[in-house]
Amino acid sequence: MNSVIAKDQPAGFSFAQYLTCLNGIVWREGLRFVHQRERFISALVRPLVWLFIFAAGFRQVLGISIIPPYETYILYEVYITPGLMAMIQLFNGMQSSLSMVYDREMGNMRTLLVSPMPRWYLLFCKLLAGTAVSVLQVYAFLLIAWFWDIEPPPIGYLTVLPALVLSGLMLGALGMLISSSIRQLENFAGVMNFVIFPMFFASSALYPLWRVQEGSPMLYYVCLFNPFTHAVELIRFALYGQMNWTSLAVVSSCTAIFMFGAVFAYDPSRGFSRRGPAGGET
Amino acid sequence: MTATDAPIAGQIPPDSRRRSDPAEMPALSIDGVSHCYGARRALIDINFAVAPASFTALLGLNGAGKSTLFSLVTRLFGIQAGRIAIFGHDIGLAPGEALRLLGVVFQPRTLDLDLSVTQNLLYHAALHGIDRHEARLRAGEVLARIGLADRAGSKVRDLSGGQMRRLEIARALLHRPRLLLLDEATVGLDVKARADILHHVRRLVTEQGIGVLWATHLFDEIAPSDDVVILHQGRILAQGEVVRIVADAKARDLYSAFMHLTGTTPESGSAVP
Repeated sequence: MNSVIAKDQPAGFSFAQYLTCLNGIVWREGLRFVHQRERFISALVRPLVWLFIFAAGFRQVLGISIIPPYETYILYEVYITPGLMAMIQLFNGMQSSLSMVYDREMGNMRTLLVSPMPRWYLLFCKLLAGTAVSVLQVYAFLLIAWFWDIEPPPIGYLTVLPALVLSGLMLGALGMLISSSIRQLENFAGVMNFVIFPMFFASSALYPLWRVQEGSPMLYYVCLFNPFTHAVELIRFALYGQMNWTSLAVVSSCTAIFMFGAVFAYDPSRGFSRRGPAGGET
Repeated sequence: MTATDAPIAGQIPPDSRRRSDPAEMPALSIDGVSHCYGARRALIDINFAVAPASFTALLGLNGAGKSTLFSLVTRLFGIQAGRIAIFGHDIGLAPGEALRLLGVVFQPRTLDLDLSVTQNLLYHAALHGIDRHEARLRAGEVLARIGLADRAGSKVRDLSGGQMRRLEIARALLHRPRLLLLDEATVGLDVKARADILHHVRRLVTEQGIGVLWATHLFDEIAPSDDVVILHQGRILAQGEVVRIVADAKARDLYSAFMHLTGTTPESGSAVP
């Protein structure tokens, strides 16, 4: 018999096998990103439009006082740059969520979920892969912004990296959690209206919170409890080599909660199993 | 046994469950499995086993519960009642050990159309922890075996339907499973492509000793010597060798036996003889 059947294999997986799995998922996410050039371009164009057009128009209207981490008066473009960096990650997180819904509809998700690796690990790898892509997008944005006189201290490009990874994980985990509750691709438009826009506008991405408090104390509290605000502030401080501990705590906690929720929702014995098979199957 | 004495779920004669050596570990054992979607019962007390190096057909009309059963075996759904084990590894308690012995071809296509043939295989290999070098060797091996070696660099979306199915089978074999599940793997293919795939899968059974569970609603895919499990409206109506089911139902052939057992008429059912 020309057998290629696996002999009794050792139980569990080695560290190298876990790494191989991670590499494979990141590699596949990278290939998908490279194949979707439009996605890369739109991911860059969106924040650049805000930077070049919106910020230029509003710089005279919205004055920024000296607030940490800035040590002097700054241009409005400088103020919104961390918010736009976080916006790239927010859209990327939701894009990953969209691709998970698409994968589920197209059947590709099954390839991932029938892997013998632990499900939480597979989802975490997927999350890391999405975060890696979003971090690359942010650095590409920073490179272009540099030519627009957005010049944080050189060390900031390094110190912002951990903050970007953490905020990318949080927003990716949120997207993953959302994707578990979306049954059809068509329903994804609701995510734009009910998640992305409210999160972005009710945050400190475009205006400092003291400004919001002046205009609407209630909205101030909404912004304060918005995890995206803390992602923005974490990035803002890290970009200037400083740490905002409150934001770090909030972003870390939200990352853990969203990730736990996503793993829970994709656990076959819980959330994912409530669905019936895909259309046409029984 | 008369036709009306045909075994029903929960009353399956013990001697009809397996013909193989009783000391041999079943490739797949399904014991008392039930599943509901809300109030709708999709599977009711399912019991059967698949032996290593055997071809078992899971026969049922659309809506019988075949895909639900596959989703349970592959752990896409959680098991609500009963137990499923692959070579003795409980899918609920030791999913990793169970799934590494399992290869699956789902009813819908699950290939990434934007990746090449080889890239799809490498991705699958990574999900099983197979390093890149070994994965490339195995990919070349399985592609040669299914006659797709010359398409290794092609985008999957450029393949024909039959080639995609063969690639899915190759992918399912890449990690060298001992049990292969195929859910209506020939749906939408022409006669020749169907015959090629069926022939290839049967060779896997005889040459490599893989246990195969082949879900279908096409009677011409089932040979007289195969084991068959007839699933209808979530229940097993009969199981065993084709000749025995036909004899028990006092029917001319498997198609007639199926129609008799399920109470289906050619007008009301979608079974294809």
